[in-house]
Amino acid sequence: MDLYSTFFNVPVLLASLPQLLSGLLVTLQIGITSIICGLIGGLFLAVTRLYAPVFVCAIVRLYIDIFRSIPLLVLLIVVYYALPFVGIRLSPFLSAVAALTLVSSAYTAEIFRAGIEAIPHGQFEASAALGLSNRHTMMDVILPQAIRIVIPPLTNNCINVMKDTALASVVAMPDLLKQATQAQALSANPTPLIGAALIYLILLWPMVVVVARLEKRYSKGKR
Amino acid sequence: MSALITISNLKKAYGSFTVLHGIDLDIAQGEVVCVIGPSGSGKSTLIRCINHLEAFDADSEITVDGIAVKPGRALAKVRAEVGMVFQSFNLFPHMTVLRNVMLAPMRVRHTKTSDAEKYARALLQRVGISEQADKYPGQLSGGQQQRVAIARALAMEPKVLLFDEPTSALDPEMVGEVLDVMKKLAGTGVTMVIVTHEMGFARQVADRVIFMDDGNIIEAGPPAQIFDQPVEARTKSFLHAVLDH
Repeated sequence: MDLYSTFFNVPVLLASLPQLLSGLLVTLQIGITSIICGLIGGLFLAVTRLYAPVFVCAIVRLYIDIFRSIPLLVLLIVVYYALPFVGIRLSPFLSAVAALTLVSSAYTAEIFRAGIEAIPHGQFEASAALGLSNRHTMMDVILPQAIRIVIPPLTNNCINVMKDTALASVVAMPDLLKQATQAQALSANPTPLIGAALIYLILLWPMVVVVARLEKRYSKGKR
Repeated sequence: MSALITISNLKKAYGSFTVLHGIDLDIAQGEVVCVIGPSGSGKSTLIRCINHLEAFDADSEITVDGIAVKPGRALAKVRAEVGMVFQSFNLFPHMTVLRNVMLAPMRVRHTKTSDAEKYARALLQRVGISEQADKYPGQLSGGQQQRVAIARALAMEPKVLLFDEPTSALDPEMVGEVLDVMKKLAGTGVTMVIVTHEMGFARQVADRVIFMDDGNIIEAGPPAQIFDQPVEARTKSFLHAVLDH
């Protein structure tokens, strides 16, 4: 058997394509849900850390440190295999989304915090002097400026979340990787794995290029 | 004469360094007060305490229009009554000039968008930059930006305007246009407290000049008295250093 028919076997690829595409759909569902939940969670944590009383801030800090330290795979296995022992039984989909969201929120919170801290103090003072409430200061003045700054690192984080969805295959989630390994077993040929790898590339490469462009543009636009 | 702003025993320290040593000062409705003094004398800190941008000692007391200045709900009321213009403008760079001026009335006073816009345009006209309304602050010169900042402060129809060295960050050729706007304002009856190094302006516009040094008010009085017949040695040496060169 030559290399070509082993790794790039077109009939095998075509036969497994529907399975791979249904896996891609699941990957996108997990990824997009986790990204959205992670953004909301991270923004909430970052703003809480800015305005909440000291002990709440300490809890938020602790949360961020813990979930930035714990390996995602470990967290996922704990959520899926350990929590049922205390009566919390999440579906594979919810386990994956929960684990990804918990970790993504922690990273996103740090990104937002850095963005908010990059806004000159005078913007907070001008808002305060005008009598704007904390909420309006954030919504109208600080966040619109901070979000421009954090778009590149946030996009980066989204790429990471999307890549980490592959870990969901260990909790029997029929995502792209899981479908590919099953197709490989079925056809006794690794081509579906190569196909899956290519699909990940096609999905994420443009995002990587976009991040690079954004980073370049924003570093140039800095005054 | 009833005081609009009362400041009594105002003390403020950063760690072991005392910035204000118990200032007492009353400012009347409609009065224009210029605060002068060497840098580090506490004059900026003094006016930043009036709208509580700086916290101060618990046994100090400031009231604006009868409302005690302290953290809490009433502070929003004080800040709505007290406009401030900063040395570094602090305009919101992501909004047009017009939006900068409209924002606070819409958010704090819940003014209708159309009314806020009408008033904002009138204010921009008043400070002489109505044709820049749809530009962003970054596209304007320093002098124009500071005039927008004045319009933004005026949009809340404040009883008091605080100016924290409003011309210190400007190129020399732009100082005049900002001072002209402030002169016009001084004639409208709004109470103004101005920290400035522009002695000519202070002499011309102020009802009262306050000289500060080392966190104390050294001398206060009408401009003619402070500039022409200062009593205190420190006032004399400061004015000598600033005026005779």
